[in-house]
Amino acid sequence: MTTIDSAAVPAASESASFRVCRFSGLKIEANAERLIKVNAVAAVLFLALGGLMGLLVALTRWPAVQILPAELFYLVLTGHGANVLLFWIIFFEIAVLYFASAVILGSRLAAPKTAWFAFVLMVVGAIMANATVISGDSTVMFTSYPPMKASQWFYLSLIIFAVGALIAVFIFFGTLVVAKAENTYDGSVPLVTFGAITAGIIAIFTLASGAIILVPTWLWSLGLISNIDTLMYKVVWWGMGHSSQQINVSAHVSIWYAIGAMVVGARPLSEKVSRMAFFMYILFLQLASAHHILAEPGMSSTWKIVNTSYMMYLAVMGSMIHGLTVPGAIEAAQRRNGLTRGAFEWLTKAPWGNPAFAGMFLSLVMFGFIGGISGVVLGTEQLNVLMHNTIYVPGHFHGTVVAGTTLAFMAMTYLVVPLIFQRDIIWPGLAKWQPFVFGLGAAGISLFMMGAGTLGVPRRHWDMSLTDAAHAFEYPAAAYLMMGLNGISAICAAVGGVMFIAIVVASIFWGPRLDVVGAKLAFPLHEKSRESVSEYGSHGTLKLPGTLILVGIFFASFVLYYFVNWKYLSELWLFR
Amino acid sequence: MAINPPSNRLWWKEPIHGIELGWIIIAFLWGLFMFFFMIAWHFIGQQNLSSETYKIQPEDYAAKVEAFASKFKVTDANGKAVEEDGVPVVRPPAGGDAFILARLWEFWPILELKKGESYRIHLSSADWQHGFSLQPTNINISVHPGYEHVFTLTPTGSGVFGLVCNEFCGIGHHTMTGRIRVVD
Repeated sequence: MTTIDSAAVPAASESASFRVCRFSGLKIEANAERLIKVNAVAAVLFLALGGLMGLLVALTRWPAVQILPAELFYLVLTGHGANVLLFWIIFFEIAVLYFASAVILGSRLAAPKTAWFAFVLMVVGAIMANATVISGDSTVMFTSYPPMKASQWFYLSLIIFAVGALIAVFIFFGTLVVAKAENTYDGSVPLVTFGAITAGIIAIFTLASGAIILVPTWLWSLGLISNIDTLMYKVVWWGMGHSSQQINVSAHVSIWYAIGAMVVGARPLSEKVSRMAFFMYILFLQLASAHHILAEPGMSSTWKIVNTSYMMYLAVMGSMIHGLTVPGAIEAAQRRNGLTRGAFEWLTKAPWGNPAFAGMFLSLVMFGFIGGISGVVLGTEQLNVLMHNTIYVPGHFHGTVVAGTTLAFMAMTYLVVPLIFQRDIIWPGLAKWQPFVFGLGAAGISLFMMGAGTLGVPRRHWDMSLTDAAHAFEYPAAAYLMMGLNGISAICAAVGGVMFIAIVVASIFWGPRLDVVGAKLAFPLHEKSRESVSEYGSHGTLKLPGTLILVGIFFASFVLYYFVNWKYLSELWLFR
Repeated sequence: MAINPPSNRLWWKEPIHGIELGWIIIAFLWGLFMFFFMIAWHFIGQQNLSSETYKIQPEDYAAKVEAFASKFKVTDANGKAVEEDGVPVVRPPAGGDAFILARLWEFWPILELKKGESYRIHLSSADWQHGFSLQPTNINISVHPGYEHVFTLTPTGSGVFGLVCNEFCGIGHHTMTGRIRVVD
């Protein structure tokens, strides 16, 4: 009988190399650190490319400027959607998933070689998609609705990217298994990791929907399938297209909790309530594919109502709960930090000079007020007819994805650079202003596009003056004004975006080193940042007068805006 | 191993505090209200999009629209067909069927409707997906090839209304328009 000397072959857990972060106290493994770095860097590069394209789109839609010719406009718009909505966000989400598993749980990353393979697939897919779009034969918009056909390479590039992302999500789940097996934590996973698990589960659903629709569409582009049903395509494609935005929601809500924990020491008011809110996302957020089918023929009203409301708005309830518990946790923590005067001392004396906190709080407020409320109104069966495919739709989702997700991810980057790259923010004075400049621009583009959409301006349209059309129609002057203001806001957001990219890239290469003795952070963490972010335990609800006032204002705005739109609908022509 | 044991193992057994519970109840009830209001609007509202739809080959639909247009086309005193920029004006009977064909890059033909009368509007595409956007009244409906969508429309205002395509349909997308005239 042969025996294997187990001591001779070191277990993976023993060969993994860890360091302890001197600022947060988190245990960080070398492979996890490297993979977080490369995914975050790729994310920022695609944000730069997609953001530039977005600026060109907005400047073209500014009627007085109209910078691009028609053909190039549609090409750039296709590239803008793919780069920011898919590549920037999913690369960053993979970094967040690795952070929320390996770093927060103090574990090694499962199967690092496979994680590298996933990263390479994603990079190949993303570069291929850009090359195909720029070559000019795949100007089909991000949604690529058939029977309009892109080149086979376009569909294939997205499939390759999605497969890479799917593998990365499995690495995340594998890391959770490793952490549990190797007892790197005790009891339940912390809330931030729980939120990341929610994002991971939704990601699996999303990427599976993408595969189900993109693989046959790819075969169709090769001539192997004769027909793709247009309605079926929309129902399944949006299972990817909208659900991928629900990954964002789960990821950026987790980031809100994480930044609150690390910067002001916030702990969830009640673990049970916050986790239940995430659980609502897992159960119901995926139904949102229906938001894009409300003005379509062929689907019954019953199907539309059940799906568009996320099953009686239970997922909206989840978001509304986070809308109380995130600022509530911050208020409770700030009161514990000694800021107890009046209803709002906790907020006015919050660390607004710290771009991680400022970005996080602006993201929270704008996601709720702009993206959230407009999303529910837009997703109401009958109200959708008022705005379907108008520029109101991009207005809404720039409120969620730019003002909400992107700003939250930028805020998180201000923690990732010092903690993972071990380089400090190089220009703290500039970084302080970045979330405000970008946030102002993001709020502007969202609100002005929504305004123009209310006046009927179509989305994905090169010329709202309809100069070359046979039956010209004149949009009101206010609509032109809105599109001009949208262009100005886009410039503001672009300035904020350039500031962000310059700060991040310069900090990574030339920022003050933090791995030396005596190094200090430009934007300090809370003294209990590790405990707050990586252990569970409810804080309990103290007095939260400030949060209650904020939530009350939010609810009143929500109800008011909802009924204003019904009033507007009731004045339309009659149709049934 | 984590350095400190968690402060409270049984988080799922903790009671929910009054503030949070109150907000959960408000959010839940508001959600229920919004859900049932969509259903209620089908009974109390005048704006509900029909889901009546038939599968049809795009070329068959185009032929139906041609037949409809030649039957109900508006003629002037000399018996000549009235056209706007080469597109015939068609006057469907009040209460009857009216057809609109979306194709690269126009809505065809131009309908002349009577204010306050109801029409069964048929809408489909001959080629790609299009977006029916009626302006300035702002009614927006998707148009699919292969699906004939039928809904009853009652204009409540008169004048000349614009149709703009709001689903991307290729390089001529921004030139795709149409018109609906409504007479008193």
